[in-house]
Amino acid sequence: MKNIVIIGNGIAGVTAARHIRKKSDHKITIISGETDYFFSRTALMYVFMGHMKFEHTQPYENWFWKKNRIELVKAFVNKVNTESKELVLNNGETLIYDDLIIATGSKPNKFGWPGQDLKAVTGMYSKQDLDTITEYSKDCTRAVIVGGGLIGIEMTEMLVSKNIPVTFLVREASFWNGVLPPGESEMINKHIKEHHIDLRLATSMTEILSDENGRAKAIITDKGETIACNLVGLTAGVSPNVDFLKDSGIELGRGVKVNRKLETNIPNIYAIGDCAEQHEGIGERRPIEAVWYTGRMMGETVARTICGTPSDYQPGHWFNSAKFLDIEYQTYGWIWAKPRENEARFYWEHKDGKKCIHINYDKNTKAFIGINNFGIRMRHNVFDKWLTENRTIEYVLEHLKDANFDPEFYVQHEREIIQKFNTENGTSLVAKKKSWKRIFQTS
Amino acid sequence: MKTIKNIGYVLTFLGFAFFIGSIFTGTYKVTPEAYQNWIESKGIKSEVFIENTKNDLVNQEMSSWQLSNIIIENAKASNEQIKSEKEIAWDKIIHLKWNKTSKEYIYPLIRNSATGWFVNNTTLWFFITFGFTIIGGLLVFLPDYKLLGPAGIKNNGIFQHSATNRGIIGFITAFFFIAFYFFLYFFPNYIINPILAVDGVSEGLNEFVKTFFNVERKPNDGSPASQWFLYGFMYCSVMTVFAVRMFIKYRHNKYQMIRTAVVLFFQIAFAFLIPEILVAFNKPWFDFKNAWPLNYTFFFDWSIDGLIESGNLGIFMFVWGIVLTLVVVPVMVYFYGKRWYCSWVCGCGGLAETLGDPYRQLSDKSLFSWKIERWLIHGVLLFAIVMTGLTLYLYLAEIPSWKEVAFGISGYDIQTWYGFFIGSIFAGVIGTGFYPILGNRTWCRFGCPLAAYLGLVQRFKSRFRITTNGGQCISCGNCSTYCEQGIDVRSYAQKGQNIVRSSCVGCGICSAVCPRGVLKLENGEDTGSSRTEIKEVLLGNDIDLLSMTKKND
Repeated sequence: MKNIVIIGNGIAGVTAARHIRKKSDHKITIISGETDYFFSRTALMYVFMGHMKFEHTQPYENWFWKKNRIELVKAFVNKVNTESKELVLNNGETLIYDDLIIATGSKPNKFGWPGQDLKAVTGMYSKQDLDTITEYSKDCTRAVIVGGGLIGIEMTEMLVSKNIPVTFLVREASFWNGVLPPGESEMINKHIKEHHIDLRLATSMTEILSDENGRAKAIITDKGETIACNLVGLTAGVSPNVDFLKDSGIELGRGVKVNRKLETNIPNIYAIGDCAEQHEGIGERRPIEAVWYTGRMMGETVARTICGTPSDYQPGHWFNSAKFLDIEYQTYGWIWAKPRENEARFYWEHKDGKKCIHINYDKNTKAFIGINNFGIRMRHNVFDKWLTENRTIEYVLEHLKDANFDPEFYVQHEREIIQKFNTENGTSLVAKKKSWKRIFQTS
Repeated sequence: MKTIKNIGYVLTFLGFAFFIGSIFTGTYKVTPEAYQNWIESKGIKSEVFIENTKNDLVNQEMSSWQLSNIIIENAKASNEQIKSEKEIAWDKIIHLKWNKTSKEYIYPLIRNSATGWFVNNTTLWFFITFGFTIIGGLLVFLPDYKLLGPAGIKNNGIFQHSATNRGIIGFITAFFFIAFYFFLYFFPNYIINPILAVDGVSEGLNEFVKTFFNVERKPNDGSPASQWFLYGFMYCSVMTVFAVRMFIKYRHNKYQMIRTAVVLFFQIAFAFLIPEILVAFNKPWFDFKNAWPLNYTFFFDWSIDGLIESGNLGIFMFVWGIVLTLVVVPVMVYFYGKRWYCSWVCGCGGLAETLGDPYRQLSDKSLFSWKIERWLIHGVLLFAIVMTGLTLYLYLAEIPSWKEVAFGISGYDIQTWYGFFIGSIFAGVIGTGFYPILGNRTWCRFGCPLAAYLGLVQRFKSRFRITTNGGQCISCGNCSTYCEQGIDVRSYAQKGQNIVRSSCVGCGICSAVCPRGVLKLENGEDTGSSRTEIKEVLLGNDIDLLSMTKKND
């Protein structure tokens, strides 16, 4: 029986713990200074908006941990001593381990802006951040959100739900255009404005000004404009939360360097989730993937390795999802902001401007590469299968009804979509009827 | 827009204030004829009681509270006197029970004795109660079309508002709901004025049907509103106003729009209009969609006799009732899941999905409450089956239902207990009264025997499931939070497992509130193991499972 210690009670660490418990009798301890119990970070926004209470974000009831013999320690780790296999906690106690899993997640980026540590200036990442936002939003007359990514638009939505006027600074010329192609990005720009959000594209912040109590009172943009506000959200991305490992001897890049088995340079120490950095990105993936499901998958993988079945971290076809105010977004496979040389694109947008699909395929072989779908839900398993089977765009379009995952009675647009493709490409594709057999057939 | 909403609140409040306040006003005067009819119809034999109540009541003006008191006090005095005599005349005893006397003795007398303003101004009275609340309710909800912003899930502030988060407003609301059910079920003698508010509607409807279909008229075949007509009319009004709320809140979601429209239609047409029309035709009041065992009186002797005595239509109703339970219900559940009934057709479900929607998040999601649920709901189903079995046995063996069967208990006793504890207290007082405290599906989840029956079919033999979309779940918990049946939807979704639960009524809200497009209600083709299969690894993680198993061997 090994003594396994996990630092971090996020999705990665908790998934590792659950799977180790399923497979073994090892002693498992999870350390977290953030909260007593695992919660879903992605749901913090809903707590602020009053859709949920904090306890609803906890996927397991509080008895779960004792029942599964997973010990919880509430503390931050100050230091890892790899020689003596010992952790020093911020409460002065020490903890020894046989195997150590580092799953400490991310922290919001701060780029050295003057005033970035003032009161009412905060990221939107941890439970503590949520508490800060809750406190300062009470008397907030205007908020400025800096950084046009997924967390930025979530924080904007949060404050707008409380009728707080929000100015949303996006450095790029269009929302999230490093990831989204122009069509989708423009659609979201419009939707943001529809919500009466003061969207400032191609604008960044240079400085935050303080009032006499050390609280933010205004920001200055790179265009020299001063915007009065008493809450500032810093949402310009996240980076691995690994500062406490600096002198530990564990190899660090931006995150904790790991191989495909998620092992660090030091035996018996693993890193998973947002804080892990692959030596080289897997496939088209980035070396650091700060995504919910990759954390979960790394947790599943490391549990196998620790329980005697050394396994490579092998993420399958890329997928992801998000929600921009009222518009849902899913993506399967790869579709970059700008097409690569061998790629062709097919774009369809609904006339109401809230639904679109964008397909990326190979110019020559017609092989399907990836899809962005906005306002229409698609089946993960169907696209995953199509990517594995290397289907063509024609096949994908003809069978698009199989992939539709919208609720029953929703208007379906496959015919219209295919018509547009036919017109543009001189083809004569016809939508096939949905087939349960194909949908549930495993490849 | 805000102003319109506030005017709506004021109107609604006024309407309710009049409605409730009327309980404490108004006078009643018993005429000699009404009194005589009453004594005869109730078969009262105690001379003392008859003598005293006649002196105290007839041609006297008094409030409903005084009138009720006089009857009860006189009955008590009469009973005491009879019991003090050497030879007790048992047939003269008036059996007093808190939950029956008011309803069965006092109500019929007082219903016909109302006098004054409320009787003479039924139209105005209807307008300042129902009119005010209905118009007010619409004014409260219609501005949401603009106020809530672009269409989408807008659950903002639900857990920060006193009305929807078990705050003081929630408790006050629950108090009024519960009080209403107590009056309706046990003390209708005190709500004569509220009943009078819909008297015109009842008479008008009856008149309309008779004229329209040219039904032969008999003397005295008017149709004064009963407490059940009041309840039915209120039920339909409340559902309509809150359906408008649903239409606005979920206007981006066609499943919710259609489902709400259909469940509202079934309530108004099948539970309200058709039965009232039947009555105007002098046929039995019959709700064609109300299936046994939810409709627990269906096999009671008086119900069977009533249907059989009503000619071909009655026989058809009787056969339909049996076919509904034995064939229609399970076959439909096989194809579509129990949702076809529970959230598309059923009246209890209809109220829960409209008036109850603001409270859906209050259902308890713990494993512990799931355990209670399974014992309780299947216990009630068993109780319903045993009671009905016994009832049918007594009926077919021609044993009078009041006769002792065993342990000093008669079939009638068991029917009464079921009616009181399950039919009234559980389904009404707890089921609806506690909406703002326990959530909107307490009855459907813990008590309804029909739901238990449908649930068994859904769990073990059905095409219905909520499909989980591969690895997209982020465990946010919106689905579990907004599940009115207390199902921990997330615990399935985050494992990549389909949700196949006997309690799921297929309301579709989990799918609606999911921010990542993870959940879809479907009637799939495959009913085999894939319906409930738990995947070893969620989709997206390409671990080589084969090599793994080899190593473990």
